Amino acid sequence: MKAHQANRFASILLWIGAVAILALLVAFLALILGRGLPYLTAEFFSGSDGVRGQLFNSFYILFLSLIFSLPIGLGAGIYMAEYAPQNRFTDLIRLSTESLASVPSIVFGLFGMIVFVNMFGLGFTILGGSATLALLNLPILVRVTEESLRAVPRSYREASLALGATMWQTLRKVILPTALPGLITGITLVAGRALGETAILIFTAGMNVSRILFDVNPLAAGETLAVHLFAVKSNPLPGTNSDQIADGTAALLILMVIVFNLCLSIPSRWLQYRLQGKNRG
Amino acid sequence: MDKIVVKELDLFYGEQQALNSINIAMKERSVTALIGPSGCGKSTFLRTLNRMQDLTPGVKIIGQVKIDGQDIYAADTDVVLLRKKVGMVFQHPNPFPKSVFENVAYGPRIHGETDKKKLSEIVETSLKDAALWNEVKDRLHESALGLSGGQQQRLCIARLLAVGPEILLMDEPTSALDPISTMKIEELIAELKDKYTIIIVTHNMHQASRVSDRTAFFLSGDLIEEDITSVLFTRPAKKKTEDYISGRFG
Repeated sequence: MKAHQANRFASILLWIGAVAILALLVAFLALILGRGLPYLTAEFFSGSDGVRGQLFNSFYILFLSLIFSLPIGLGAGIYMAEYAPQNRFTDLIRLSTESLASVPSIVFGLFGMIVFVNMFGLGFTILGGSATLALLNLPILVRVTEESLRAVPRSYREASLALGATMWQTLRKVILPTALPGLITGITLVAGRALGETAILIFTAGMNVSRILFDVNPLAAGETLAVHLFAVKSNPLPGTNSDQIADGTAALLILMVIVFNLCLSIPSRWLQYRLQGKNRG
Repeated sequence: MDKIVVKELDLFYGEQQALNSINIAMKERSVTALIGPSGCGKSTFLRTLNRMQDLTPGVKIIGQVKIDGQDIYAADTDVVLLRKKVGMVFQHPNPFPKSVFENVAYGPRIHGETDKKKLSEIVETSLKDAALWNEVKDRLHESALGLSGGQQQRLCIARLLAVGPEILLMDEPTSALDPISTMKIEELIAELKDKYTIIIVTHNMHQASRVSDRTAFFLSGDLIEEDITSVLFTRPAKKKTEDYISGRFG
């Protein structure tokens, strides 16, 4: 009887936890979107202090940082999961990625400023910002890649190798496609962080927007939406309606991240569904 | 003619010896069953024949395994070619999370076949040879994971036949299957024997007596006895074999 009661009690507690998360999310979205959505007009994007430049920069910096971090992060993760022997050296690599993953982002920002802004003398640039952002995301990418690959059943590897496939063929044609949903989740995570990051970008990409619309010059300064939100709130320009701009920007940031995640996760779900097999009947 | 000749084969997992000086020969186009209690080394031995044992860290192998007169542990052996010739079916059906077609086409593709028409032919022939064609011909492009366990195992056999092997190694291929699926696999083995040299590990002595021409009995890493199946089961030469097949241990 006692076990039965404890079981019920635990179920209720866990249920409350789950519902609380949902309620928090709803409250959060209602507040931010409720305040910000009314300001998301055409004027908000393309007016004299519109944010279309920042919006573009957010995605441009995200794109560049992924270009820098994906090959290295995926490569290192694949190596750790499939090729590396278990020894002190790989333990050391694993320990370093874990330590790097816990470095506060503002410290990365400072590092980026010292290296890219000052040592290389680039000044505040989109390039420096993306490169520093890539550093922030690398450890997570390595970790997620390694975990997703390890989650692929050993029997798939054996089946492929026993058919005379090389390790590389097995990796390309069996392991990576199977691990893809996990990898996409990892990339979504990393991209979400990149879209929302401020500390690093204030120090490296600066708080200015190019006067040219959609400036793809990586050596231009590039304020992103998140940085913009910080800027208008912390240092409102006289004569502008900074509160409205901040609310609108916050709402836009949330929408952006939601849309971006959906764009990645829907195809990934579909792929998983196809791989796992459709239900019969 | 002897297809596989094993001489003085020792295998060590780290310090521990798992196979002790195994000597055995297997004839072409015949079925050899490997029986024995769990941990006797029968699966370990099977996995030395296509060098899948190489994938286990810390394994050391001494001795000789000759297939068609070639020592497969010689330095110049191409493991890819070896495994193309010596295929393997595993204990648990392990189709890839791909369509039925892609599963069977996987082997030919990695060995360089790109012609679509030819791939379709290979897929059809292999599925027919594995006695699965009629059950899957209308769902070739659905995921293989939607098939039943028995169908999945026959799919794995079709996938293996598609690369054109000469020897089929089967590691307890029916231990995860129901009796009807088991029967279908056993019938399949009887048919495949005309073309292939088959070595099957089984913990089921009835299965060994039903499907095999010769049977080898392993115990604690030793090959105790190897003979014509009917002889081994009715008039074993060794006391240990008799104790095992009469159910006194194991």
